[in-house]
Amino acid sequence: MEILMILTIGVIFTVSTYMILTKSLLRVVIGVVLLGHGAHLLLLTLAGLNKGAPPLLGQEAAAYADPLPQALILTAIVISFGVTAFLLVIAYRTYKVHKTDDLDQLRGNADE
Amino acid sequence: MNNIVILPILLPLIVGVVLLLFAKNLKVQRVISGVTAFALLGLSLYIAHIVYYDGIHTLALGNWQAPFGIVLVADLLAALMVILTSIVGLACLFFAFQTLSEERQKGYFYPFYFFLLTGVNGAFLTGDLFNLFVFFEVMLISSYILIVHGGTKYQLRESLKYVLINIFASGLFIVGVAYIYGVTGTLNMADLSVKVAELEQQGILNVIAILFLIVFGMKGALFPLYFWLPKSYYGPPAAIAALFGGLLTKVGIYAIFRTFTLIFYHDPGFTHNIILFLAGATMFFGVLGAVSQFDFKRILSFHIISQVGYMVMGLGIFTPLAIAGAIYYIAHHIIVKAALFLFAGATQKVTGTTDLKKMGGLLKTHPYLGWLFFIAAISLAGIPPLSGFFSKFALLLAGIQEGRYFIVVVALVVGLLTLFSMMKIFIYAFWGEQKLTDEEAKKRPVGKLLLPIAPLVLLSIALGLAAEPIFQFSLVVAEQILDPSIYINSVLNKE
Repeated sequence: MEILMILTIGVIFTVSTYMILTKSLLRVVIGVVLLGHGAHLLLLTLAGLNKGAPPLLGQEAAAYADPLPQALILTAIVISFGVTAFLLVIAYRTYKVHKTDDLDQLRGNADE
Repeated sequence: MNNIVILPILLPLIVGVVLLLFAKNLKVQRVISGVTAFALLGLSLYIAHIVYYDGIHTLALGNWQAPFGIVLVADLLAALMVILTSIVGLACLFFAFQTLSEERQKGYFYPFYFFLLTGVNGAFLTGDLFNLFVFFEVMLISSYILIVHGGTKYQLRESLKYVLINIFASGLFIVGVAYIYGVTGTLNMADLSVKVAELEQQGILNVIAILFLIVFGMKGALFPLYFWLPKSYYGPPAAIAALFGGLLTKVGIYAIFRTFTLIFYHDPGFTHNIILFLAGATMFFGVLGAVSQFDFKRILSFHIISQVGYMVMGLGIFTPLAIAGAIYYIAHHIIVKAALFLFAGATQKVTGTTDLKKMGGLLKTHPYLGWLFFIAAISLAGIPPLSGFFSKFALLLAGIQEGRYFIVVVALVVGLLTLFSMMKIFIYAFWGEQKLTDEEAKKRPVGKLLLPIAPLVLLSIALGLAAEPIFQFSLVVAEQILDPSIYINSVLNKE
């Protein structure tokens, strides 16, 4: 299971890197969002995937899943959700004002 | 255990929420925010006082003891940074009262200003890597909003890049947190320090250390990750740019100091040599950028980069003297840099531009502005007896003692180039032919604008004149952060 997860994460990171390196603004946004998702999965996987037991059953429980990564990811997902919403709005505004979503044309020149 | 540790986070948060309710009523917003800024300053001074005399104060939230619960820690370094935050916050707030257009002030400026302070204070006070991430995000989201605040064409374009690069860095931050949690099974910094010491910093921990260096280096504008900074900081109005230039990059630097003195300090031959190299490159390329520019704000933005190099140089040399020098330098830099950005704002208010070629002769029409700027400029460049000199002197002395001559030479050259570019501003903006007519100059007084700036400049002078006690204090701070067992014992309650 861990191997499968790690491979998935690798694929996600590859795709996100590819997307971030493209010229289109929307693709870059999607790439950054994917990077966040990959990072969350990585956090879950590296903490150890315990199957078949709920988190925290008291100190004498024979098996339990580590609740901490789940709490961390919950927080991180909420944050990344909010940031993504903000990012989409600012990308849209930039597109409206500059009338382009080509990052080459958004470079700007020194003498302004 | 002391509940007061959480107040620098709670107070701005609550005030920010309250200010949301008075979004359209400027008078009420100004009164509330002004009073709060003074209260924060008093509070932070009180916290520093009790931390200095009683040792490190910690607060285990919800009474879950570390390493299981969230813990807030106020040690001397954190307390010092909180004081600097409230000083700069106060000055920029009062500058914003006078310079921001009414439309901008009504656009939820004050609430997000205080949310930003919440995030910054939280990042300084937290004792937990994941909470560091959360408070970074609180700070960054507010900073995204403040940096596009007003939404001009230029601002939108450059802040988009600022937002993207920071989200990318946050993604890497989570990756770093994931790795270190996978290796050690904890995220509490004191506990991490213990666990990392048990593991004797093998290769994997070096990798994680460098990952964190990249993440914090991106936020703190280290070489080669500073490319976003000069353009983004050029966009927003001076009050916001000053807060960012003085404070925000220093949060990244604080995080580097915290992680590399508390957690990853076992293999300085590897990590701290890299830091030292980065410090040299950051200084050099930053100042080269500054020398090439002809714009007030852009020169200042490039200087932030080169001065971040000095702070990290202290960490790279890694002796008590060097760390003390770096801490002194951080205090000096935050105050002087914020003041200089406010000067840029005041000059812009007078001349209507930040392009140095379009200014001139301001010394005749606005002498106080000119001379105060002169003091701040030579303080930044490190002319005795001002604060910049003594902090740089300590750093250079530590470099010579440790035989790191190369970095010392780089630092000296960078100091000269800094002086050169600050004098360039002074000559072009304040000397030379008068570009404003006398009537125009009379119509644009700067007396009120100087009210928030002058205290910062006076503080910088005081930091230089009282170098002895302040350096003693920096040494105490340096010794405290160089001995992680003090921090660990007070967080984990191992008496």
